[in-house]
Amino acid sequence: MIANANNDDVTPVRFRVKIKRQDGPGKPSYWETHQVEYEENMNVISVLQRIAANAKTADGKGVAPVAWDCGCLEEVCGSCTMVINGRVRQSCSALVAKLLRDQPDEITLEPMSKFPVERDLVVSRKRAFQALQKVKAWVPVDSYVDMGAGEKQSRADQEKSYPLSQCMTCGCCLEACPQYTKIEVLREDGESDADFEKRQEEANAAGFIGAHAINQAMLFNDNPTGKFSKAERLDALTDQGGIQMCGNAQNCVAVCPKEIPLTTSIARAGRSVTVHQIKKWFDS
Amino acid sequence: MANEKVVVVGGGLAGLSATMKLCELGANVDLVSLVPVKRSHSVCAQGGINSCNDQTRQIGDSEWSHLDDTVYGGDFLNNQPPVKEMAYWAPKVIDLMDRLGVTFNRTHEGFLDRRRFGGTLYKRTAFAGATTGQQLLYALDEQVRRWEAAGKVNKFEAWDFLGPMLDDNGTCRGCIAQNLNTMEIRSFPADAVVVASGGPGLIYGRSTMSVMCNGSAASRIAKAGVKYANGEFIQVHPTAIPGADKLRLMSESARGEGGRVWVPRKGQDPRDPKSIPESDRYYFLEERYPEYGNLVPRDIATREIFDICVNEGLSVEAGRQCVYLDLTHIPRAELDRKLGGIMEIYEKFQGVDPRDVPMKIFPAVHYSMGGVWVDFEKSSDGGLVAGSPRNQQTNVPGLFAIGECDYQYHGANRLGANSLLSCIFSGLFTAPGVLNYLSSSKGLGEDKTTSLCNDEIAKHKERHESLLSQTGGENPYMIHRELGDVMTKAATVVRRNEQLEKAYETVCDLAERANKSSLADTGSWTNQNVVFTKSLIDMFPLAKALVKGALQRDECRGAHYKPDFAMPPLQSTDDAGRRQEAEKWCDKFQANIDKWLKTTVADLTTGEPKITYEAIDTSSIPPRPRLYGLVGAEVIDEVWKERQRKAAVGNATGEKSPQPVA
Repeated sequence: MIANANNDDVTPVRFRVKIKRQDGPGKPSYWETHQVEYEENMNVISVLQRIAANAKTADGKGVAPVAWDCGCLEEVCGSCTMVINGRVRQSCSALVAKLLRDQPDEITLEPMSKFPVERDLVVSRKRAFQALQKVKAWVPVDSYVDMGAGEKQSRADQEKSYPLSQCMTCGCCLEACPQYTKIEVLREDGESDADFEKRQEEANAAGFIGAHAINQAMLFNDNPTGKFSKAERLDALTDQGGIQMCGNAQNCVAVCPKEIPLTTSIARAGRSVTVHQIKKWFDS
Repeated sequence: MANEKVVVVGGGLAGLSATMKLCELGANVDLVSLVPVKRSHSVCAQGGINSCNDQTRQIGDSEWSHLDDTVYGGDFLNNQPPVKEMAYWAPKVIDLMDRLGVTFNRTHEGFLDRRRFGGTLYKRTAFAGATTGQQLLYALDEQVRRWEAAGKVNKFEAWDFLGPMLDDNGTCRGCIAQNLNTMEIRSFPADAVVVASGGPGLIYGRSTMSVMCNGSAASRIAKAGVKYANGEFIQVHPTAIPGADKLRLMSESARGEGGRVWVPRKGQDPRDPKSIPESDRYYFLEERYPEYGNLVPRDIATREIFDICVNEGLSVEAGRQCVYLDLTHIPRAELDRKLGGIMEIYEKFQGVDPRDVPMKIFPAVHYSMGGVWVDFEKSSDGGLVAGSPRNQQTNVPGLFAIGECDYQYHGANRLGANSLLSCIFSGLFTAPGVLNYLSSSKGLGEDKTTSLCNDEIAKHKERHESLLSQTGGENPYMIHRELGDVMTKAATVVRRNEQLEKAYETVCDLAERANKSSLADTGSWTNQNVVFTKSLIDMFPLAKALVKGALQRDECRGAHYKPDFAMPPLQSTDDAGRRQEAEKWCDKFQANIDKWLKTTVADLTTGEPKITYEAIDTSSIPPRPRLYGLVGAEVIDEVWKERQRKAAVGNATGEKSPQPVA
């Protein structure tokens, strides 16, 4: 790193970026180093934009641009999650000046390890969305015709629900969770899209649903209308891959970019599930 | 009509609300989106969603006033029937979103809380912190997931819409799209396609828009013959923060909650802003517009910032347009509860706590009022005929457009918190019309559909392969940067014909160079390089329509401001002189309406825009000068009102109005 002497906040003229690449699903991964000129207000997204435009490694070798996912660039869409200097987070809010302050030599970028890699830093998070379907994370309204407003709600209830509803399905909590292990199904020769998707869904169903889905189940169990189907959600939470798989490592809450009280949701879900099970036992 | 197939392109607020309503009405939907729909650009909307409500009604508000504010804010370029229908639906839209579980902020009694937004004097805006768009989108995403679980929706996420499929009669029969990972190109046959693909912000390089807002779907249907309207009307938001990759929005709700815009009375005052006394601060919006203050419409706020920074030299930072947006007088707990989302963004990206220090903010390209031309069917009461297939249908039969990608609702300038409304409204309202279209239209038949699909797939595959193999030596990313620079310089806040002429030439050159792009990635898996290059090439027709539309429109209207054609302020200091000037001003204003109060309609089939103009329906509210209580403009207001009154009397005596039907 070459320090820029004219600046109080030590920012380099240029810096190295080490990226873990992979050409496609099931292919081997490899590391590649790029060199990028420093610009003011730079974040990891703009680093990847410069790398895409330049398409050369630090040694000057022409390579295909690095593939990555991004969307809003202001940490509300959840697209650009990756592992940056060993920590899972959104790349849009990862500011280069700060990263280099903490680790002066270089920035390392890796795809999340718990999801199948599509290419380079792009992963498939279909399993995370599948879990939302499983726990029926929605309000089961009768129709979309005009039936007047919903129920009045106290400010306290709104302030309890709002943080839970900020979940972007970004995957940070899942990446950090020891019980959430990677499930990868590779396409077989000649397999149709539908068959491949079905196999993926079946394989995913066996794994842990994850903190984000448990949190969403609680959000909708709290909703004045959503709670009418509370029992169905609790059944989903005790099914295969359900809340019983949580090992209480509490990593999820530590990495959530929206600081959602995930462990509180999990604890509440645990209690609800227990009551639900006992009730079912007596009713049967 | 059950089990009809509809393709929806785009999964933001408009696409998702259309999808769920179509499913409810029995249709099956293929939902095609560049990104997982939960990550659509609607998540970036912060401030809220407007409707007349029980609180505002008590103090004189009505749906009619919402219509009036919207068309006055839009400088009367909006066709009024769709706006009227939207304003009257607005309370129902918010009720529905409330039922769907949106975590709107609440009053102590448990009602929805409301705040004020720009261009109105009423607190119409319902909100969920400062992440209202995200919360609304999630509620719709959840409903669509519910329909997906029920087998009514098939999502095709990470698919790029390549174009519509039109039969020999020019009727839409579905579309072609490409998977962003496998790069497979396939057809989606359907007798109705609803495009809800959002705005074209990427034309400007950096804007407040997300990376997928590249305008490509709109450009691709325009190439197939759909008209593109009012392209030159681009909203530049007054308050954003710059980044190397994006300009990040700082919501208008910051001002709605009491935030004040100011500059030191001395340019580039080096003092810490907190230490600058009130007497040395210039609250220019409050001083110039005492009635609306910091909540004048966005085009006006942006122009005033330009004036303060460029003409008066009072920018906080030299060389760029920077003013303070000050929230430090508002209690921290209230800021966290009502504006938490933007407080976090500012803190994370600027490293400064805006609860303690005034924010430094800059204007940024934000929204396209213009877009795909769509039709409407006017009802006898001046709104829309419910269920009419004409509503939101483009000039290509079977092809509909909704949301930001259409041109329908916002005229020459959009009011804050009206976009979330127009997106959800147009999605919900269009669904029955789409199904009525399907039940009245004849299918193409299996054989013809198969051959159409095969032909279109072959065409797009050939184009894909030729892009991969061509070696023109141009770098698409560099061309994109240049395009962003030229557009930002020539076609944002202040526009001049000589600059626009030059910009048009540059854009044409860049378009040719873009066609000679060499790709660094020629692979056949997750090739983002080729996808980006296709979208870049398709930015040019829209960029050209925008610049040419701006060049031809020799007037000032809403966001389109040409100082060479501005209406001069009154000079005279005595009453009689001012009155005389005001009369002349109003004559000129009327002449300008006669000449320019028209929709710009561009035909982009050849890639070079052919522009015509179309009359606007102003049947509910006659046009009037947009003054917003500007200091010194009272006499213009007075003269114009007198003329309107005289005209009304003339109409009443001159002709018999039709008897209302009982």
